[in-house]
Amino acid sequence: MTETLATATTHAARAHARAQSGIVTDGMPTVPASAWPAAPTGRAASLVWAETVPGGRYTSKVLARGTRLRLRDIHGAACANLLLFRADAPHERLNVADTLKVPWQAYLGTGHPLLSDQGRVLATIVADTSGRHDALCGTTHLAGNTAKYGAGELHSEAPAGRELFTVAAAKHDLAPRDLPPSLSFFHGVRVEDDGTLTSTGSAGPDTYVELILHLPVIVLLANTAHPLDPAEDFPTSTLEILAWRAPADLDSLPATDPEYRRAVLNTEDAWAAAASGMEN
Amino acid sequence: MTATLDSTDLALVSGRVLLDEVVGVRGPWSTVVAAGDVLTIVDLHGNQAVDTLVYDAHDHTARYSAAATVAGQGNLFLTTGSVLRDADGGPLMTLVADEVGIHDTVGGACSQESNTLRYGHHTKHQHACVENFLIEGAKWGLGKRDLVSNINFFMNVPVEADGTLGIVDGLSAPGKRLAIRAERDVLVLVSNCPQINNPCNGFDPTPVRMIVTRPREA
Repeated sequence: MTETLATATTHAARAHARAQSGIVTDGMPTVPASAWPAAPTGRAASLVWAETVPGGRYTSKVLARGTRLRLRDIHGAACANLLLFRADAPHERLNVADTLKVPWQAYLGTGHPLLSDQGRVLATIVADTSGRHDALCGTTHLAGNTAKYGAGELHSEAPAGRELFTVAAAKHDLAPRDLPPSLSFFHGVRVEDDGTLTSTGSAGPDTYVELILHLPVIVLLANTAHPLDPAEDFPTSTLEILAWRAPADLDSLPATDPEYRRAVLNTEDAWAAAASGMEN
Repeated sequence: MTATLDSTDLALVSGRVLLDEVVGVRGPWSTVVAAGDVLTIVDLHGNQAVDTLVYDAHDHTARYSAAATVAGQGNLFLTTGSVLRDADGGPLMTLVADEVGIHDTVGGACSQESNTLRYGHHTKHQHACVENFLIEGAKWGLGKRDLVSNINFFMNVPVEADGTLGIVDGLSAPGKRLAIRAERDVLVLVSNCPQINNPCNGFDPTPVRMIVTRPREA
């Protein structure tokens, strides 16, 4: 009752609002990122993104070339659905078909390039302690989550990935027609000989993947249960995101396949061409 | 020769023939298929990849989603009974007949750009499916944003236990057919794959035949 009265005037309402500052939850950004209390060794000063995303929520950020992005499944039931767009040319974006076909590999792991539709590498997976990822099933949709969980709307208890991506994309002036199939981390899928898709689930708590970014990108992340998640309740737990400046990592890439080397060459070629004349 | 057979005999679902066209070597093709009508695709010479995208004819933002399609059926391959879904799970078309047994959902389209990665920079100026999608899609107001992972009818892409995947020799043969029924009015966009660096068309692009029938009322 007292609190209700405390917002009866502008001054009281302002004081009431300001008194909320400093609350800490398990799903929020840390700003500035350098204030994150558990930075990787030696990386605190170069952190550019520190955020925890609750299950059923999304986030996005524009990151520079040479940024290293770590996604961590804190409790073992996060599912990080990812889309990447080239920030300086958002019509160039993640192409899942090329991402699997070009490296001759259906399963994501260390050394796997995330390719754009223009024969360039947007990011390379440079670390992976999970090994349970998927590039085949994309993310969930409203109709599917409604059938499975009884709800799938943005503000429901079981938000569908498609709904989350739609809003995340809109914040970068991207529309649903800009949303191609996505990747997901921390929930594995395997293909049987007859094509059957089998969920292999999570690798457990405290696993992570790290990406090095070869170009400036818009990162869209939706943390929501995998389409083949067998759990009948919506299980998704918190995802931790950290990113830091690591441009030297582009000089020590983990893959040597000829297709990958050409993807890196194409990327460096485009980056150098676009940057020439701007550096003088 | 299947190229000269009568369309009423070739159509896998009989009915009034609304369209009967040959898609030339390396060429693009598109048409609108009305709800209930059936498109039969004939692999005239065998092992010719037919790269295919499907859009709601009245709302191009609703388009084929490989991910929603394979997750929806719990299987990576398309065959009879497979429902081609949009990203919101809505049915666009259903495979109602299939003389091959497996069609690819993973490989996507070849492009000039990805060819430089897959085979070397000397392939930059070879013909590629994305070029076909762009030039044919432009007739319908579709652009680069509207291209997503497509179906490759008649293409064989197995996945090994360790995840190794690749386009291997096809399972189709001259005259093999499939039929897809429109579940709503759809725009079908096709590239008759011009790739010459892998077995998706036996290293020899050939024509395919498209027949649309309207089944008679039962």
